[in-house]
Amino acid sequence: MIDFLEEIFSTLKQNKLRAIMTGFSVSWGIFMLIILLGSGKGLEHGMEHNFADAVKNSIWVYSGQTSKSHDGLKAGRRIRFTNEDYELLKRKLSGIDNISGRLYLYDNLNINYKNEYANYQVTCVMPEFGKIQVMNFKKGRFINQLDFKNFRKVVVITQPVVDILMKKESNPIGKYIKLGGIPFKVVGVFENPENVKDITLYIPLSTGQKVFNGGNRIRNLAISTKATTVEENKAIESQLRNILARKHRFDPDDEKAIYINNTLEHFKQAQGAFAGIKGFIWVIGIMTIIAGIVGVSNIMIILVKERTKEIGIRKAIGASPASVIRLILYESVLITGIAGIVGLLLGMGLLFIVDKVITQMIEGGADQMNYIFNHPQADFNIAISATIILIIAGLVAGYVPAKRAAAIKPIEALHDE
Amino acid sequence: MSDSIIKIEDLHKSYITGKNSLHVLKGINIDIKHGEMVSIMGSSGSGKSTLLNILGILDNYDEGAYFLNDIHIGKMSEKKAAQFRNKYIGFIFQSFNLISFKTALENVALPLYYQNISRKKRNAIALEYLDRMGLKEWSDHLPSELSGGQKQRVAIARALISKPKIILADEPTGALDTQTSYEVMDILHEVNRTGITVIIVTHETDIAQLTQRIIRLKDGIIESNDYVTNETVESTTILQ
Repeated sequence: MIDFLEEIFSTLKQNKLRAIMTGFSVSWGIFMLIILLGSGKGLEHGMEHNFADAVKNSIWVYSGQTSKSHDGLKAGRRIRFTNEDYELLKRKLSGIDNISGRLYLYDNLNINYKNEYANYQVTCVMPEFGKIQVMNFKKGRFINQLDFKNFRKVVVITQPVVDILMKKESNPIGKYIKLGGIPFKVVGVFENPENVKDITLYIPLSTGQKVFNGGNRIRNLAISTKATTVEENKAIESQLRNILARKHRFDPDDEKAIYINNTLEHFKQAQGAFAGIKGFIWVIGIMTIIAGIVGVSNIMIILVKERTKEIGIRKAIGASPASVIRLILYESVLITGIAGIVGLLLGMGLLFIVDKVITQMIEGGADQMNYIFNHPQADFNIAISATIILIIAGLVAGYVPAKRAAAIKPIEALHDE
Repeated sequence: MSDSIIKIEDLHKSYITGKNSLHVLKGINIDIKHGEMVSIMGSSGSGKSTLLNILGILDNYDEGAYFLNDIHIGKMSEKKAAQFRNKYIGFIFQSFNLISFKTALENVALPLYYQNISRKKRNAIALEYLDRMGLKEWSDHLPSELSGGQKQRVAIARALISKPKIILADEPTGALDTQTSYEVMDILHEVNRTGITVIIVTHETDIAQLTQRIIRLKDGIIESNDYVTNETVESTTILQ
C-alpha cells in the first residue's frame, strides 16, 4: 500500500502546479458546502433561540373582544379571564402539563430598594409558571405552592434588577424590595436565557390579586402541553377554545374573542422552513462539488493523454489493466481527497472564527445577534458526509480517465512518433 | 517439452482500417530454439513490427498458432497477457522508453513492482542489475541525465530484471552511434550467453550480422531464413 502511494506521489510530484490547480476547484466546493451548511446551522440556532424563552410545546391564551354576536349577546364585548377560567381549564382540558394565569400590575407602580427607585413592570404568576417559561436560576428558587397559598409577599427577579436597583447587592436573597411601598422578600434571582438584560419581577398571582386589588382577574393564561406533534397541540387548542367559548358565551369560531399563540406550531413551521433551507443548501453545495469533479475529471483526461507513453511502458513490462485503473483512480481520489480536506479544514476554521466573533459580539452587547445567527458550525456528521462525498467524487472524476488509460494499447503508445 | 521457445505456425494478421483490410502477415512459420540469438530484418511495411508485437503479446493475430515456451498464446485477457509479458518477455526499444520522472534505479525496478516484490528487495535487485551494466554510480540519475548508450543499458537492465526467457529488442541500436551500437550488441551477446533467447528487429545489416540467424521478411512473408556464415561470426569474435 505504501508502495502504491509512493507510485502515485512520484507522478503527482511531476505536476505539482496542475495538481494544486485541480484540487483548488474541489477545495472550493467543499469549502462552500461547509460554509453554507454551517451558516444554515447558525440561522437554525438563531431561530431556536427565538423559541428558547418558552417550553417548545406551550400555548399562550390572551383575551380579546368578541367580533361576532353570539347567543343573544352583541359583538364588541370584552372577554375577561378570572381564576374560574384557570380552575375550569385545569379541570377540563386534557393533555396539559402545566397551566398558569398571569396578571400584570399597573405600570406606574413605584419600586424601590433602600434609596433606589425604579419603574418596572411586575408580573403575577402561579408556581407552575416556572415550568412553562425557561429561566436560568442564579440564586434561590421560583415561587412555590406555599407562597401562593399563603399570599406571601415574595418576589423573584432577574439579574439586571439586582445589578441596577439593588446596586449589585452580592447577596440579594432575603432582602426586601418595596413594590408600591409594600416590602416583598427576594427569594430567587434568575437570568432569561433569551435576553440577559431582561428586567422582570415575578410575584405570586394570589398575592398580586389580594394586595393590589386585582380581585380574581387574570390577564392571560400560559399552558404547557404533553403534545409532541402540531396536530396534538392543535387539538388541545381547539378543545380549549370550545371550553372558553361555552363559559364566556362567544362563538368558538370568533378569532378575536381570544387569541391563542401556539408555540409548537410556530416552532414546527420554522423547523420545516429550515429543513427546506438545509436541503437547498445541500443541493447548492453538491452542485458546486460537481463543478469541481468535472474539473478534476477534465484534467485527469489530459493527464492520461500525456502519460500515454508511460502507461504503455508500464503495460509492456507487466502492468495489468486493473493496476492501471487503480493508478489513475487512486490518483484522482488522492487529489480530491487532499484538496477536499483542505477545503473542509478551511471552512471549519472560518466557521470557528465567525463563531468566536459572534460570541464576543453577543457578550459585548449585540444581543440581537442571538436571534439571527448564532453558533454556526459544521458538526462531525457533516464532516463525515463531506468525506464520503469526496471519495465518491474522486472515484467519479477518475473513472472516465482511468478507463481511457486502461484501454491504451502498448503498441500504439510505444510506437515512435 | 520441445527445445523451441517460440514456435509460430502459419500466422496471419490483417489490419482493418475502415473498409480497407490490410493483410500484413501472410502465413509466417518461425521456430526459435532456447538460447538462440536471432535477428528479424525487413524494410518498413514488411510486417516485422507487427510480428514483434505479436511475439511480445502486445497484439493478437487472426490465424495460425503461436506457442511461447510450449504454451499456446491465443486470445487472452489483458491481465493474462500482462502476466505473460512480465514473466517471459523483456522488451528493449529503439527510443529506450524509460519513464522520464523515475531514476535509473526505479526504472529498472518497475517490473518487480508489478510482481509485488517489496520496495527494499526490488531496489536491491535493481542495483545489482545496474551494477552488471556498469551503471551503479548512475542509479540516482534521471534518464534525461544519461547518454543514449547509458539509457539503453538501463533499459536492458529493466528487461532482464524479471528474469525473462526472451528479450525482444525493437531496433535497439536505431538511436545510437556505431560505437555505442556495438557496445549494446556486446551486452546482448552476454545476455544471450546466459541462456536467454534474444530476438532483435533491425534494418541495419551489420547489426543483424552479429546474430546467429537472420530472418528476412518481405511483404508479409519470410523471404529468407539463413544462419550467419562463419566469416561473419569470426568478425563478431574480433569485435568482442
